[in-house]
Amino acid sequence: MTRHPTVQMLIRLGTTVSSLAITMFGLVLVTFFIGRVIPIDPVLTILGDHARPELVERLRMELGLDKPLPVQFWIYLKNLLQGDLGRSVMTTNRVVDDIRLYFPATVELGTVAMIFATVAGIPLGVLSAVRRNSALDQAVRVFSLVGHSIPIPVLGLGSLLVFYAWLGWAPGTGRVGVGYVGLTPSVTGFLTVDALIAGDTEVFWDAAAHLMLPAGVLAYFSMAYISRMTRAFMIDALAGEYVITARAKGLSPARVIWRHAFGNIAVRLVTVLALTYAGLLEGAVVTEMIFSWPGIGQYLTVSLLNADMNAVIGATLLVGFVYMLLNLFADAAYRILDPRV
Amino acid sequence: MLVEISGLTVSFPARQGRHVAVRDVSMTLGTEKLGIVGESGSGKSLTARALLRLLPPAAEATAKALRFDGIDVLAASEKQMGQIRGRRAGLILQDPKFSLNPIMTAGDQIAEAWRNRRKGSRREAREAAIDLLAQVQIRDPRRVADAYPHELSGGMGQRVMIAMMLAPDPELLIADEPTSALDASVQAEILKLMEDLVSRRNMGLMLISHDLPLVGHFCDRVAVMYAGRVVEELAASELAKAQHPYTRALLDCMPSLTHPRPRLPVMVRDPAWLA
Amino acid sequence: MTARLFDRAWLLSDSPQSRTQAAWGRRYRLWRDFRANRPALIGFVTVMALLLCAIFAPLLATHDPVAQNLGQRLQPPSAAHWLGTDELGRDVYSRLLYGARITLGMVLAVVALVAPVGLAIGCIAGYYRGIADVVLMRVTDVFLAFPRLILALAFVAAIKPGMTSAVIAIALTTWPPYARLARAETLTIRDADYIAAVRMAGASPGRIILRHIMPLCLGSLIVRVTLDMSSIIIFAASLGFLGMGAQAPSPEWGTMIATARRFLLDQWWVPLIPGIAILVASLAFNMMGDGLRDALDPKQG
Repeated sequence: MTRHPTVQMLIRLGTTVSSLAITMFGLVLVTFFIGRVIPIDPVLTILGDHARPELVERLRMELGLDKPLPVQFWIYLKNLLQGDLGRSVMTTNRVVDDIRLYFPATVELGTVAMIFATVAGIPLGVLSAVRRNSALDQAVRVFSLVGHSIPIPVLGLGSLLVFYAWLGWAPGTGRVGVGYVGLTPSVTGFLTVDALIAGDTEVFWDAAAHLMLPAGVLAYFSMAYISRMTRAFMIDALAGEYVITARAKGLSPARVIWRHAFGNIAVRLVTVLALTYAGLLEGAVVTEMIFSWPGIGQYLTVSLLNADMNAVIGATLLVGFVYMLLNLFADAAYRILDPRV
Repeated sequence: MLVEISGLTVSFPARQGRHVAVRDVSMTLGTEKLGIVGESGSGKSLTARALLRLLPPAAEATAKALRFDGIDVLAASEKQMGQIRGRRAGLILQDPKFSLNPIMTAGDQIAEAWRNRRKGSRREAREAAIDLLAQVQIRDPRRVADAYPHELSGGMGQRVMIAMMLAPDPELLIADEPTSALDASVQAEILKLMEDLVSRRNMGLMLISHDLPLVGHFCDRVAVMYAGRVVEELAASELAKAQHPYTRALLDCMPSLTHPRPRLPVMVRDPAWLA
Repeated sequence: MTARLFDRAWLLSDSPQSRTQAAWGRRYRLWRDFRANRPALIGFVTVMALLLCAIFAPLLATHDPVAQNLGQRLQPPSAAHWLGTDELGRDVYSRLLYGARITLGMVLAVVALVAPVGLAIGCIAGYYRGIADVVLMRVTDVFLAFPRLILALAFVAAIKPGMTSAVIAIALTTWPPYARLARAETLTIRDADYIAAVRMAGASPGRIILRHIMPLCLGSLIVRVTLDMSSIIIFAASLGFLGMGAQAPSPEWGTMIATARRFLLDQWWVPLIPGIAILVASLAFNMMGDGLRDALDPKQG
């Protein structure tokens, strides 16, 4: 039985949304219970180890920690739906506000890294597939094998050592030089963009310079994956019969490679790119710790070490949510861009 | 002479030494219909692809002569090959499901072939594509032009393929098992269409198939290949007088309505054929 | 029989006389393909060397890995301390050797937890389809929707930072792809005629899954495990680096980087040497895994 396309579309949309909701609920459930079984007592974290018992009791009730877990979860869920993630014990701000402060830094870092990785990774992958087993192909394979195998702490610390300490090409850690902190009003939260809006080129260049090294580290990690996948897809595509047809039509090699072979893998690559971007968020956690980058990864790690559970849950949920959206986007891109689906 | 092949050998690297897939093959083709018949692995497709230099990257081809209209294919530059492929010679592959680009509409793929030869606008190319689709007897060319390959039946797909290869008005059409992937009822239509177009446009045709009676029916001349060699070459009308035991055996394997037999003979391969 | 395993002609025979001969012939060809692949062989040898280092760490070590000597702190490599000393004057070379035990031990523990669980869940979901499949795959989806590192971080923090919780956390975030893989394989196998034949012969579902489906899923699972080992190593090191893995006096490589980080600018070798150890181990597993995949499935790569 074939249904009307619109109906089919609606059904598909419905399934997607409901599976998204289920996954999201699972996400909240898991993070919540992880957050609540943290053995470090948040009340003692706030008040210190030697607080008077009645004070401890009062705060416990204020934070709703005396209620049974399911009730706590229900309250949390209700607040969550109203966009309230609670307060961070550590910063004393609302977690939502903290996220608004820290997340743009991660997005800025991740996006620049993604641009680097895509611009370098795709052409390298295509070229090494076209010239399979050439010296270039071997070089790309080694390069991406190392990128695939190197832990970010090593890459990050190593690049800091070489480019900052030895060569002096890169500025140190952080988002911007100490003298420039807080000079531009925050509009988008992306420091480079904000500096441009404020017309302050000096801050812009300083912020851009600070971006290069951490973004490069993240990009190398992702580029290894992108070029590897591109190469594999292209080898597959180039073996297709339609490539022979395209060559038999007398088209130029460039057109055969890019229009016909690459055109056929572009959709699959969009999926890879979306997943890579999601993976970048993870890599950002370690990268931010190394480069003292005030992003969501640093926020999360510091909160974890301080048992600041509202902050931990909030940050984990946010990253999980973005991760899920990117997965969804990858899936949707496939359905929209590929005429066969 | 349009095509001149002499002493063509195609080989692939193997675990030990090289595997020779085409061995010392010679044939010529003018403005006529030549059929090449053989079982899978006999080297018939490789022979045709060598002529357009479309062999797999691992393959290595050598020949005393491999010429298209006097041009030495093995020595030609990539640019010269671009002049032959798609302009002077077209290639039709077996299964349109795989040989058409799945993400381009049929019209776009034909228009691309047309524009490669004639510099025209996008609009002109589209009109030309629709005209070509009409020439391959597609009833609703405008709709088919906007269709993606997966929306077309096998027969339709193969018509699109033919239209695409005819777009630049080539002198030679190579058809590599053009009907093997199609339903029996459609096969005859497609062959008839190809025959019509080829004779009307005064082109040469190289028809590759494993179906000897079919080739004998459509072509002027037939070359029979076995294990990388041409074992026999004869006029289609003289097929009945074939000498080589392999050709005879191929003919003998066919069931006949006029002379039914209780059991079809099974071919007994003689190692001497390989020598 | 054993003598025959060294007889190439017997192994490479085109017409094996017995199932044993065919099986050994196949294994020999696989090994020959693998061996011809130089990076794969280098990876394999390195992994073996690491394994030996880990096993014989007490014999190979020149110093006690936890013995402090504050008078000798942050020394560059020398004859007395082959790879220098750390911020508490401990011998880095000896610590690396003991660290190999921790790293490889964690990898093995994760694999031992994850592979059977993933295989079982995937095969059951794929074989029974229906509700079991839907529920199990939904659970898999929830886990796949999490960024792995972040889930593991949250999980470790929730129990207690340490090696055991790190292993559990890594295992918890690693199994879903295995279940997916096993399920996909099972789906292609379950409707095959020979499975129908076994079923017709009266075999129970348990027997079919255990004896006929799981063995066929093993090949791709092994390749996946080998390729995953490097990411487990990096994962464990990242947890250690963030202070959520093995705890401070332990010579876990990631933890060693974290504690020596602040000496990067002046005594750079102290944080970087354990980093290089991680890189070497993870490279070796990747090279071995790539080679294994190419040998088992020459189409890819």
